[in-house]
Amino acid sequence: MKPKNKEIIWRHKHLLGLHDLTAEEIRFILDTAKGFEQISTRSVKKAPPLRGKVVVNLFFEDSTRTRNSFTLAANRLSADVIEFTKKLSSVSKGETLLDTARNLESMGIDIIVIRHSAAGAPKLLSKNINACVVNAGDGYCEHPTQALLDVYTITKHKGNLDGLKIAIVGDIAHSRVARSDMWAMTKLGAEVTFVAPPTLMPSEVKKLPVKVSYSLDEVIEKVDVINMLRIQFERLGGNQFPSVREYSHYFGLTVERLKKAKPDILVMHPGPINRGLEIESEVADGNNSVILEQVKNGLAVRMAVLFLVNQAAAQVQA
Amino acid sequence: MTVILNAKQINKTIGVIAERIIADLPPDSQIAAVGIRSRGEILAQRLAAKLEELSGREIPCGTLDITLYRDDLNSPANTQAKVQPTEIGFNIDDCIIILVDDVLYTGRSTRAALDALVDLGRPMAIKLAVLVERSGRELPIQADYIGFKAEVDVDKRVQVNFVESDGKDEVFVE
Repeated sequence: MKPKNKEIIWRHKHLLGLHDLTAEEIRFILDTAKGFEQISTRSVKKAPPLRGKVVVNLFFEDSTRTRNSFTLAANRLSADVIEFTKKLSSVSKGETLLDTARNLESMGIDIIVIRHSAAGAPKLLSKNINACVVNAGDGYCEHPTQALLDVYTITKHKGNLDGLKIAIVGDIAHSRVARSDMWAMTKLGAEVTFVAPPTLMPSEVKKLPVKVSYSLDEVIEKVDVINMLRIQFERLGGNQFPSVREYSHYFGLTVERLKKAKPDILVMHPGPINRGLEIESEVADGNNSVILEQVKNGLAVRMAVLFLVNQAAAQVQA
Repeated sequence: MTVILNAKQINKTIGVIAERIIADLPPDSQIAAVGIRSRGEILAQRLAAKLEELSGREIPCGTLDITLYRDDLNSPANTQAKVQPTEIGFNIDDCIIILVDDVLYTGRSTRAALDALVDLGRPMAIKLAVLVERSGRELPIQADYIGFKAEVDVDKRVQVNFVESDGKDEVFVE
């Protein structure tokens, strides 16, 4: 029997971001996720805690991993899932976000998982509807479940994040993953360095709790974990770097560059990968890569999040 | 607070339960113990050790976390339970599972445990062993092996303490 930890009662019926959570609350989510991991490995891959609950995937942006992961997580907890896609909805007829959400809520839904290009969209929803709101990515602001699965994956390999040196490399300016990662990792005691060309560094970077480097070669030898971000062509104006080849030369994780790193470095990527651009195929598929493990862990983390917000909602009703 | 079992009596009671299980079950059957977290976990480990001693065979032992199967999860009165991993490192198919809990009272934990177990496989049989049984069942559930039957008023609570979790072996009514 393990010694009793300080009991945490989870009170948040929304998960909007990690900026506002304490280190204890983040650890609590990670601990809870451990209890969900084995559901995916047993003969009946389902448990009943969200039976009779309805989860809406309200995605205003494209997604493979996050959307399917949330759908499967909700299914494995026995919830019913409504899949909302912008293109097939009345949003194309001009319906606003709040009207869309309120109409869905009238059908009796319990949890909204939202992805939106506007930062703050999940917060706006949470203030105007009764359902739980889970942020699945808002603008360049936060993507909390991605960061949670990242730190969960790191914890599984390194024990904890205390004192770890972590580099987040690439298109930081347009990355909500970088921001959520930064909050989660620094709160858990890691030292985070943002690595990017100046044009892809956020303008407010000096105010953030991170180190800054403009050279991957200077950083690669020192870090325990490296998270390679995708170049988000859909968000770039076109002037951020001279050519894809030049970017790859200076900031891509190549086999050659990886040779300079610690032998047990963890190579991460939130996906989708631009193979050969920010990361070489041999590295993405190599021994240090935990990219597919991140995806697997995402399922357990999202089950934990859906479970916890629903639990908090049940207690708010009291 | 009235002590109903002391450390010596607890140890003896577990021994008696183990003897009855061995006497009951076919000698060639694969028996395994599964404890309901948290006191049932400790009890199951002790019971499995006794069963190994008496039978000379290996008795696999695991721990079941029933949080996700509780029927009061959406009740506002529910004190938030922490989800922890179920730790059963063996295949329960075709085993005779001795499901172990410290106290049998309403039967709701047992119901949750039965649902959790069948999601892991199809045991040959599930038998329920408890250290203490008291009245107050809210579901049609009964134990196969009972260490001690306690006559307890409705407003009283039976508390089982173990060295591993509480520093002392003791069962008392409060």
